[in-house]
Amino acid sequence: MKKISYLKAINEALSEEMERDSNVIIFGEDVGLFGGCFGVTQGLYNKFGPDRVRDTPISETAIAGLAVGGAATGIRPVAELMFVDFVGVAMDEIMNQAAKMRYMFGGKAKLPLVIRMPYGAGINAAAQHSQSLEALFTNIPGLKVVMPSTPYDVKGLLKSSIRDENPVIFLEHKLLYGTTGEVPEEEYLIPLGKGDIKREGKDVSVIATGLMVHRALEAADKLAEEGISVEVVDPRTLVPLDKEIIIDSVKKTGRAIIVHEAPKTGGFSGEIAAVIAEHAFPYLKTGIVRVCGKDTPVPFSPPLEKFYMPKVDDIIDGIKKLMM
Amino acid sequence: MMAELFGKRTGYCKGKGGSMHIADLDLGILGANGIVGAGLPIAIGAGLSAQARKTDQVTVCFFGDGASNRGTFHESINVASIWKLPVVFLNENNHYAISFSQKKSMAIPNISDRATAYGIPGLTVDGNDVIAVYEAVSEAVKRARNGNGPTLIEAKTYRWRGHFEGDPVLYRPQEELEEWKKRDPIKLFKERLVNSGIATEDEIAQIEKKIEEEVEEAVKFAEESPYPNPEETFEDVYA
Repeated sequence: MKKISYLKAINEALSEEMERDSNVIIFGEDVGLFGGCFGVTQGLYNKFGPDRVRDTPISETAIAGLAVGGAATGIRPVAELMFVDFVGVAMDEIMNQAAKMRYMFGGKAKLPLVIRMPYGAGINAAAQHSQSLEALFTNIPGLKVVMPSTPYDVKGLLKSSIRDENPVIFLEHKLLYGTTGEVPEEEYLIPLGKGDIKREGKDVSVIATGLMVHRALEAADKLAEEGISVEVVDPRTLVPLDKEIIIDSVKKTGRAIIVHEAPKTGGFSGEIAAVIAEHAFPYLKTGIVRVCGKDTPVPFSPPLEKFYMPKVDDIIDGIKKLMM
Repeated sequence: MMAELFGKRTGYCKGKGGSMHIADLDLGILGANGIVGAGLPIAIGAGLSAQARKTDQVTVCFFGDGASNRGTFHESINVASIWKLPVVFLNENNHYAISFSQKKSMAIPNISDRATAYGIPGLTVDGNDVIAVYEAVSEAVKRARNGNGPTLIEAKTYRWRGHFEGDPVLYRPQEELEEWKKRDPIKLFKERLVNSGIATEDEIAQIEKKIEEEVEEAVKFAEESPYPNPEETFEDVYA
């Protein structure tokens, strides 16, 4: 298998899907010749031309609206919002239009659209360019929410998202773009709604999303040296959520810790904790622990930003608390 | 349509849309919208789709004077203009956004003046003159179809009743309403048809009777139709 970056894996998924289906159209701010703010769409403009890789003005409302109207009438838009933080400007189109058109129209509309949004802290971009806003979307039925953590996952999940007949919010962590991993040469898809055990273990289940999957894996490595066997569960998609994989893991280990970068209050960890409590409560040997971002905006100053984000040591501390 | 207004399963949207969100995609209708001004970004999406699929379809987007003060108006018309999307922006200016008069909500007399900002044609027509609207829209559709991009048409008209039933309508003078009532678009068009010998009074009366019967039938159909079952709540969330 070849080893490529998370960013390259997204680029390959876009390129392959555009080759496969001429109705796949990409648009967003600076996604054309410039290749996207983070370089994700590089080369696609030259390959597919200005009609299929379109630069938009700084108009997030229009970008989301183009996706909705386009999807409802026969194309498969893949829109990029430069940062998930900008979604406030496009939220009506996502929340009230994309998510609801099919339902409100009695099942007549299909909305095969993807909106890609880089998220997350760690690049010193401060409060308006660093958020993890997945929980904004998970409470809106009609949307699917995808949060891949590896090059393999991001490619297979993006291809499935583009082929899905529903609106998909596709969240890419900015710190993951440069990470590398093995990706097969041949085509593959990963179904939405199927989680993945990133590491098998028997003492404790860590359910982590996005970048935090990697920090959980690091924590697991360190704890293995101390004889603690950690299982790392990556749901990969939050909606639909693979409840089985979480429940089965917790039934096996009897201990659960949930890790995400978003603020704890109202974060998706609350939902996962509730799923565990509803379906695996008798198997729990102890309470559930959550390790999350702080309940503050993301601060700018590097030491503060570092403090804001859950660290490997925070996860280790959380696990040790469960093992006591 | 009536069944949908009644929330019945036989409605266009199986009773899930209601009066604010009625749509029939099979007819190319992308829906009324509960959010004022939300139709414009969707319309440019449909325009992009027609352009990308190389069809000769044209999207006509209806919106009011109130909607033209939203950011969606600016972003959508600007994108339609730079990409020359086949969209006709048809503003029905009835002069009131619920209670707020256009005179107070904008500092210009004509919404069509805003077209200048996007480098596209903008024209104001008498919205109560059926033929004037027809001609303006036909021209704009032709222009869009020929790849020359969007047009902003402002059709000036008036809302006779309140924004909702029971609205005391204290925000506008009675004389203003009476003036507009003299220019009832249906009455004017009827006179035009009769005066030009296209239809007789009798023929028009017959058409009106037929339509009234149709509406009555629709009401009867809606009343007699079943409500959806509670389990249908879960249908059509996802494709």
